[in-house]
Amino acid sequence: MSSDKQEGSLTLKQRFDRWMIKHGRVLVVGIPYFWLFLFFLVPFLIVLKISFSVAEYAQPPYTPLFEWIDEGITITLNFGNYLFLLSDSLYATAYLNSIRIAAISTVITLLIGYPMAYGIARAQGSMRSVLLMLVILPFWTSFLIRVYAWIGILDREGLINAFLMWTGIISEPLIMRQTEFAVYVGIVYTYLPFMILPLYSTLEKMDVSLVEAALDLGCKPWQAFAKITLPLSMPGILAGSLLVFIPAVGEFVIPELLGGPNTLMIGRTLWNEFFANRDWPIASAVAIAMLLFLVVPIMWFQHIQTKQEEGQQ
Amino acid sequence: MLVSEAVLERVHEDVHKTQPWNNPDAVPYIRFENVTKKFGDFYAVDDVSLDIYRHELFALLGGSGCGKTTLLRMLAGFEEPTSGKIYIDGVDMAGVPAYERPTNMMFQSYALFPHMSVEQNVAFGLVQDGVSRSEIKELVAEMLGLVQMSKFAKRKPHQLSGGQRQRVALARSLIKRPKVLLLDEPLGALDKKLREQTQFELVNIQEKVGTTFVMVTHDQEEAMTMASRIAVMNEGVINQTGTPFELYEYPNSRYTANFLGQVNLIEGVLVDDDEKYAVIKSDEAGCEIYIDHAVQGHEGMTFWVALRPERLRITKEAPKDTKYNCVSGKVEEIGYLGGISTYHVRLESGKRIKVTEPNSTRQIEPRYTWEDTVWVSWEAGAASVLNK
Repeated sequence: MSSDKQEGSLTLKQRFDRWMIKHGRVLVVGIPYFWLFLFFLVPFLIVLKISFSVAEYAQPPYTPLFEWIDEGITITLNFGNYLFLLSDSLYATAYLNSIRIAAISTVITLLIGYPMAYGIARAQGSMRSVLLMLVILPFWTSFLIRVYAWIGILDREGLINAFLMWTGIISEPLIMRQTEFAVYVGIVYTYLPFMILPLYSTLEKMDVSLVEAALDLGCKPWQAFAKITLPLSMPGILAGSLLVFIPAVGEFVIPELLGGPNTLMIGRTLWNEFFANRDWPIASAVAIAMLLFLVVPIMWFQHIQTKQEEGQQ
Repeated sequence: MLVSEAVLERVHEDVHKTQPWNNPDAVPYIRFENVTKKFGDFYAVDDVSLDIYRHELFALLGGSGCGKTTLLRMLAGFEEPTSGKIYIDGVDMAGVPAYERPTNMMFQSYALFPHMSVEQNVAFGLVQDGVSRSEIKELVAEMLGLVQMSKFAKRKPHQLSGGQRQRVALARSLIKRPKVLLLDEPLGALDKKLREQTQFELVNIQEKVGTTFVMVTHDQEEAMTMASRIAVMNEGVINQTGTPFELYEYPNSRYTANFLGQVNLIEGVLVDDDEKYAVIKSDEAGCEIYIDHAVQGHEGMTFWVALRPERLRITKEAPKDTKYNCVSGKVEEIGYLGGISTYHVRLESGKRIKVTEPNSTRQIEPRYTWEDTVWVSWEAGAASVLNK
């Protein structure tokens, strides 16, 4: 019996199944790649392209990169936007400010999130799902509304001031909104779940008997934490910190709504370039530069994580 | 230094010979006094009193949830008793945290620190105690030699096999020379062959270092091979404590008889009670059972006669000149294991009796086959009589 004959007698479904067995893997991996290509790489390339053009009053508000001149394609690359970023200290200040605020927020989030994640991971079964639910619950309302709610809390006539004035602890309202403090509150509040969830998942997987073994061998509880729990939860700490740090650097809504005019962050600068100045090329250059800033820690994280995974095998 | 010191110590102590548990003047090394542990409304350990002596390899044996692990964890200091007292070497352990107790534990999962090498794992306890670096190096090398893991000192736990991890865990828990070493299912994670080999190795190491071992296991064979004494536990209570020999030959209850080895339990009523003998009439067996010793109880009381399969004889004809201790039935199942054969004989009452017979001579063909009518009989001294 030849194999051709067999092929011929196959039903459509059998053929499809065979095809899937052969190519299914490629298909499954291919879909997310295609998705990322379409919705991540293409917009990125568009932004990259715009960053090399010159602003002009037109529709769209920048010069084209590729031009058909004399039957040939001419590419005009303009590095002026990037040079401009270096020449004006505003951008450097904004970048550094963003990184500083994001870093401090990340540390605060970690300090608050770690005990919470630890508590949830060590809670009893049913209690654990309730606590996890509570962490995720805020996601069910709009992020914007939650940040607005903080305006109501931190405002001059807000909840905190009203309460403190009522109790007589203060006689003048505290200025909390439109300060850097408010930005920290907003970022820590918003990104706390992103810290708790990866921390929880590493702590929950950790064998409790490791800590018991450390106690058994003479560690006091805090020593057992420092020598066993903390190093073993490092992957969670890293994942959580990057999940907070990276979006916090580019945060726009929180500094815009809660921060004052002095809270200069790169997200706001970007917004101003795009919508106030309508200088798309400069704005694109700002975006690309920010991306480069962030790609470095991401790569580093990936590197650490692969190393960790190899270690666990 | 460590091992040689220990060897000296062991020369004068062999619990199998001295049997401190039979000596009323002997001072117990570990003492549980009416210890109860409740989790909510559940009694994990219920009023347990138990003495364990120095240099013993003591096994807590029982099914899952019988409280054996809780008892061990209370010794380690991971759980505090709800009531009752625990003494180790005469010191009351109440309120002494795990890190200050003279015990070390070998965990069922081994609990090796995954981010540390074998060497660092073993050294952990000493580093914690602030022992000098040169001394740690020496002790670790010696300990790894004892468990034959010197070659793997630089490896990480995930690069080791199950048996190797077990050795590292043992080394780590022994290096601080605890007064008591606690072992939670020490061989549970190993496959059968490795387990048998490791049983003897553990006993050898225990004899070398002379530490008192308390181990938890659900495997009766493991307990019997290794332990100097065994406590059989059930539902938070110790059912019986004794040497493997005592437990097997003189079980005090159906639970113990069943848990250690195989047993046929025949229910019957005491009909004749004398100072020298007793007769139990069993409807289940369809015969009268003659016991060659007196039985605690009165006529009309229900008893269970425990008969080990290897103490039964199987014959084609009815034994002559006795009406006692013989029953007939049909061979229902045969297991030919080479060295021995097992037979399941179905009695008229429907009761199944298991008999094992050594195949001590070579045969042309099997002695019995399915559906053969056979007689099962036993000596008057073969049975133990149980009242619970």
